[in-house]
Amino acid sequence: MSDDRNVSGNKVDQVTGTETTGHSWDGIEELNTPLPRWWLWTFYATIIWALIYTIAYPAWPLVTGATAGVMGWSTRANVAADIVAHEARNEDLVTALLDADMVTLQQNADLNRYAVARGAAVFRAHCSQCHGSGAAGAKGYPNLLDDDWLWGGSMEEIIYTVRHGIRNETDADARYSQMPAFGEILEKDQIGDVVEYVMALSGEDHDAQRAAAGAEIFADNCASCHGESGQGDREQGAPNLADAIWLYGGDRATLTETVTNARFGVMPAWGQRLSEEDVRAVAAYVHALGGGE
Amino acid sequence: MSPADQPQSLYAARVPIFPRRVHGFFRNLKWWIMAITLGIYYVTPWIRWDRGPDMPDQAVLVDLASRRFYFFFIEIWPHEFYFVGGLLVMAGIGLFLFTSALGRVWCGYSCPQTVWTDLFILVERWIEGDRNARVRLHQARWSPRKVRLRLSKWAVWLLIALATGGAWVFYFTDAPTLARDLAGFQAPSVAYVTIVILTATTFVLGGFMREQVCIYMCPWPRIQAAMMDADTLTVAYREWRGEPRGKHRKGAEADALGDCIDCMACVNVCPMGIDIRDGQQMECITCALCIDACDDVMERIGKPRGLIDYLALSDAPREMAGEPPRPVWTHVLRPRTILYTAIWAAFGLALLYALFMRTDLGLTVSPVRNPTFVVQSDGSVRNIYDVRLRNMAGNARLLRIGVTSATPLDIELEGSSGSAAVEVPANATLLQRVYVTATPSSPAASGDSTPLTLWVEDANGGTRALRDTSFNGRNTR
Repeated sequence: MSDDRNVSGNKVDQVTGTETTGHSWDGIEELNTPLPRWWLWTFYATIIWALIYTIAYPAWPLVTGATAGVMGWSTRANVAADIVAHEARNEDLVTALLDADMVTLQQNADLNRYAVARGAAVFRAHCSQCHGSGAAGAKGYPNLLDDDWLWGGSMEEIIYTVRHGIRNETDADARYSQMPAFGEILEKDQIGDVVEYVMALSGEDHDAQRAAAGAEIFADNCASCHGESGQGDREQGAPNLADAIWLYGGDRATLTETVTNARFGVMPAWGQRLSEEDVRAVAAYVHALGGGE
Repeated sequence: MSPADQPQSLYAARVPIFPRRVHGFFRNLKWWIMAITLGIYYVTPWIRWDRGPDMPDQAVLVDLASRRFYFFFIEIWPHEFYFVGGLLVMAGIGLFLFTSALGRVWCGYSCPQTVWTDLFILVERWIEGDRNARVRLHQARWSPRKVRLRLSKWAVWLLIALATGGAWVFYFTDAPTLARDLAGFQAPSVAYVTIVILTATTFVLGGFMREQVCIYMCPWPRIQAAMMDADTLTVAYREWRGEPRGKHRKGAEADALGDCIDCMACVNVCPMGIDIRDGQQMECITCALCIDACDDVMERIGKPRGLIDYLALSDAPREMAGEPPRPVWTHVLRPRTILYTAIWAAFGLALLYALFMRTDLGLTVSPVRNPTFVVQSDGSVRNIYDVRLRNMAGNARLLRIGVTSATPLDIELEGSSGSAAVEVPANATLLQRVYVTATPSSPAASGDSTPLTLWVEDANGGTRALRDTSFNGRNTR
């Protein structure tokens, strides 16, 4: 708050003898304390560094692109080189995975660990959209953690299913089963009776009288695929109706809809999209999830 | 201050400081602390410690690659990093304690910046002479002699800096092996890069930036300033005794003067370039060299020592009134320092307890929540747990995993049919998937959430580690 001025006409603070900037807030004036000079040099050095850096790496925008950098430096090229290096490092493991007997894979701890880790990545990228990130499935999409398998849960069966898929037109070896829509074959009452019988098979609450009538209809129409006692048939991909697991749901309304209209789940043939090592790896992962046989 | 007839620049050059040589108690104390701290720094990585075969035999080793930290008989695993955290907390509170009792003793005596700067100034004095010779050399034009002195000084600095940066890397791998590799240019490039960086920073910070590091770069002066109060023992000038200062000549006017003869000895020895007679300053690192310098002068002119001294500012009014200062212990022992000591000791005791209570068997359990449970075809309910087993012993062990709960539950290990035991290699962790199943009709299967305990024990007997977790039934919300 002083009006002292030095020879060059700048205001000077009385207490410290330092020039002020002339800025004042609520009567408090800002001292014009000089910064250390090395600070200034550091500042210049960073500017020079930035120029060198942006010339060395692709950076400056041009009309139709950007400068290419010098000496071939680019972060994209670095990433590509890193990927190649990692693939080269895993080459032995990939070869071993392609040569491995998948049934005894678990006895080779290192290779098994690699296969399961690689399979988990493949699963997250390609399978989790339908089967869920935890592989628990959803209505119509099988849960891969339980012990129920439509087509078999051994390593070979899983590999076959992954490679050829289910009910698709793209792979001639795709697993194929089709349940007729019994709404066109049976009367509504008969369907109701069969539903009661199926519920009886899996031990749910049911109407005993209608179930007894349904047993006969079941033997005539359903047993050829689902078996005499509803235990299913993996050769045909016919679900086990006597266990506690339902793919589409086990309540009366859902079962009625299933019998009337039938179901038609589809899985792509991954052998056409994934490399052989990825197919093997994802099968190892699925087998290790807890349901593998 | 700045000459008033020049327009002031926005940027100021460093005012060079040429600390003069000084003798005395505090100077000797600083030499001793320098010798001990540098000795610890350079020697520690070379101390051997036998941990048995396949284990590193270096007493202090930060093994980043295998994520282990060895400190004599202690081996810290990543999950035990709270030991390091606890030690850092203790270091922080210890700094608070010492600062509130004795001011910036850390800065003045044991800060690496102070220690290495002191060493660099020592070299400078050996090669270029004491203060007056250095001032003359600084002002002199470049001559063959100046070039020779400067180059030899920088060469010795560079050697010290190289030894400093070189010693650091030995903490991170087996020292003798690395020394051989470094000499044969076989060492990993990260070792050379680290040495170059630390050599450069030591050279620049200790040789050229010196007090500027403390004033402009270091956050501690600001924090430490908040740790001090009027009872803190700090370096101060007894102005009531020294003022008015002036040259003592024979005659009546000498009687009117204080004890300070304005010899500037305290200013000339100060490595921070300040005048302690101006009062407490942010720059002061309480290295006490001005005390030594002033005591020396006081002795020569036959006055009592202690014109500049460690004293508590709260004593100033008493001393001005001619009363003796209060005893030192009343300044050091006060609620604040006692509280700091108590907190510091509590952390220390907790860490010691944790250190001696830990077992060589570790277990963490993370229940798989995606999905929360799996229904099996027979209606039984299965939960999946990812269990991390830590075998912290020096030998491979067969570890048995089990479950304890109020309701019967079956346990099964992924990948090992039937057996509920798994072999974990020495000094390693193993991730194991564990399936726990409840039979269809059991309350655990049909209920909500059931508490259970997963445990792991050495199959040949020994300690057991356990973790409480829960089992999700079909009605889990």
